[in-house]
Amino acid sequence: MFKIIVYDRDSITPLRSLMTNIGSLLASLLAIGIVFFLCGVNPLYAIGKIFTGSFGSMYGFKETITKAIPLILIGGGLALAFRAKFWNIGAEGQLLMGALMGTWIGLTWGSSLPSSILIPLMFVAGFIGGAFLGLIPAILKIKFSINEVISTLMLNYICAELITMLIVGPWKGNTRFGFPGTNNLNDAALLGVLSGSRIHYVTLIIAIVSVVILSIIVYRTRFGYEVRVIGENPEAGKYAGIDFFKTTLVIMILSGGLAGVAGVGELAGIHHYLGYPASISSGYGFTAIIVAWLAKLNPIYVLVSALFFAGILVGGDAIQISLGLPGATVQIVNGILLVFLIMGDYFLKHKVIVSFANNDPEIAVNKK
Amino acid sequence: MEDVVISVLYRTMVAGTPLLLGTVGEVICERSGILNLGVEGVMSVGAVVAFVVTYTTGNPWLALMAAILAGMIISLIHAFASITLMANQVVSGLALTMIGLGLSGMVGKPYVGKPLAVKMNDFAIPWLSDIPFIGPIFFKQSPFFYMAIILALAAWFFLERTLAGIKVRSTGENPRATETQGVNVTLVRYICVITGGAFSAMAGAHLSTSYSKSWIEGMTAGRGWIVIALTIFALWNPGKAIFGSFLFGGVFVLQYLLQPIGISPNFLAMLPYIATLLILFGMGLRDRRRLNAPAQLGEPYKRGER
Repeated sequence: MFKIIVYDRDSITPLRSLMTNIGSLLASLLAIGIVFFLCGVNPLYAIGKIFTGSFGSMYGFKETITKAIPLILIGGGLALAFRAKFWNIGAEGQLLMGALMGTWIGLTWGSSLPSSILIPLMFVAGFIGGAFLGLIPAILKIKFSINEVISTLMLNYICAELITMLIVGPWKGNTRFGFPGTNNLNDAALLGVLSGSRIHYVTLIIAIVSVVILSIIVYRTRFGYEVRVIGENPEAGKYAGIDFFKTTLVIMILSGGLAGVAGVGELAGIHHYLGYPASISSGYGFTAIIVAWLAKLNPIYVLVSALFFAGILVGGDAIQISLGLPGATVQIVNGILLVFLIMGDYFLKHKVIVSFANNDPEIAVNKK
Repeated sequence: MEDVVISVLYRTMVAGTPLLLGTVGEVICERSGILNLGVEGVMSVGAVVAFVVTYTTGNPWLALMAAILAGMIISLIHAFASITLMANQVVSGLALTMIGLGLSGMVGKPYVGKPLAVKMNDFAIPWLSDIPFIGPIFFKQSPFFYMAIILALAAWFFLERTLAGIKVRSTGENPRATETQGVNVTLVRYICVITGGAFSAMAGAHLSTSYSKSWIEGMTAGRGWIVIALTIFALWNPGKAIFGSFLFGGVFVLQYLLQPIGISPNFLAMLPYIATLLILFGMGLRDRRRLNAPAQLGEPYKRGER
């Protein structure tokens, strides 16, 4: 017979943390391969295609960077919110709200303002839109103890319907031949891209600067300390006199606002008009949850994990086209990755030994 | 006029059925102390499995069994991660939803847009269905409706009136004390999570083989999340879940009722989600202690630690 002995690790080194993450990723690739195999898809080909499609060619890599932009912005904001154990699942809606506000500015002043004023204005409006949508669940949670997972999700659905309502109704463009969607924004409202790619560099710069600022906030300011205390030990936070309401509001202004900025980037850099919600965001708000988790809620690591998951999104598109798989395939990959990442945390915190000896109760006691 | 009222109330019951099944499952799960946010995903898996099995075998009952089995198996992911590995239950539940939605989309892709030749037929209960007014509303329903009501009442009886039910509840309230009474907390929680999965999958089977008789990606349309709100609304009581679920069934039907008046269909589609927020808002105004949430909900339990 064998026995499984578990005891707590005394310390967690950064190296062990990294190795555990890599181990989790490898294990999840194995599990994803098995799922692909069971669904009748050659797993080696599919997984290989995901990575060659995203990192294997210049075109794929440019697309990967393009898709990393919203993931960096949202993932950074979520890393902050999740640190305070505020489960913001509403980044998808906050992104849409940002795109909506950007569209409004772009359509209203697109022909009267110069680009240098119009574009900053759109980003500010997008930030405000996302922040506004983020504030609602924050207020509901602290003042009315409403579970934020549900309220943020409900707001996602409400926002998606709101945008659909606008693009089939009052905002419907006369250049769309009767199809839903606004007119294209004026050239002054569009973001420049690096030549030969879709990388809207202005948003990319904003994204990188944002996560740098976020990590300074988290690790170097009193506010960041309060965020961590609220998440790790709320009881202590109460005794220390931390204002939960104010802190949560600021967290959600930043988290929602950054998602809103991502929405403006997608609108003005990629789509150039407001269309169906599902076309504006291909699930960035949800993918960013895993981005934040893989980054261990560290805003700087978000840069790396956002690039990794952007690669999976691009590679996912590639296998959808070449293997005829549905769009949901990426969700399986993401879901399995997330499960293995949280499972990996267990092995990071605990040492698990499988022992085949019979006289081992003492071992368990001694090692502890 | 009476026909219209009957038809509206009949459809309210139909729309409330999957919500009731899902809510009862989540109540059982949360009563044992495990928050399962994977309902949306498990529902979706149940829907696709039930559809595919009905499509290929022509037997919706066999399909229901298969869906339940699939729901139980996929819920094991959340059970293992949150109970054995003590992972964060919010994140683990979200992962389960992603996997469930993804798998069902992948498995169901060849079946999108195909109609079912057979479905779970409505069943008129002899004698009772002849009662005027009440009969056509309550007793000419699909078997899912009867099962949902019976299971909700059975779950209430189980949780409130049996020894095993007390063990489940005390596991959610104080697992350490429960363990000293000789109850295997881990086992109880595993069983409750898997049972919850079975209920969610049944709700999904209702959607694809009785409610709409077709499969499309995203057909659960947030019902799995509404279920989690209804669990709070029902104060973790399966009996009260009956009331809440059919109230929400009414909100779903309201969409179709108001459409002819000229209100934007997109605005009407927001109604269930707005109603969910309003209901939680109403609950939030109440005294927290009277909410009666399981004390250890969402907290991992580590054996032998003081």
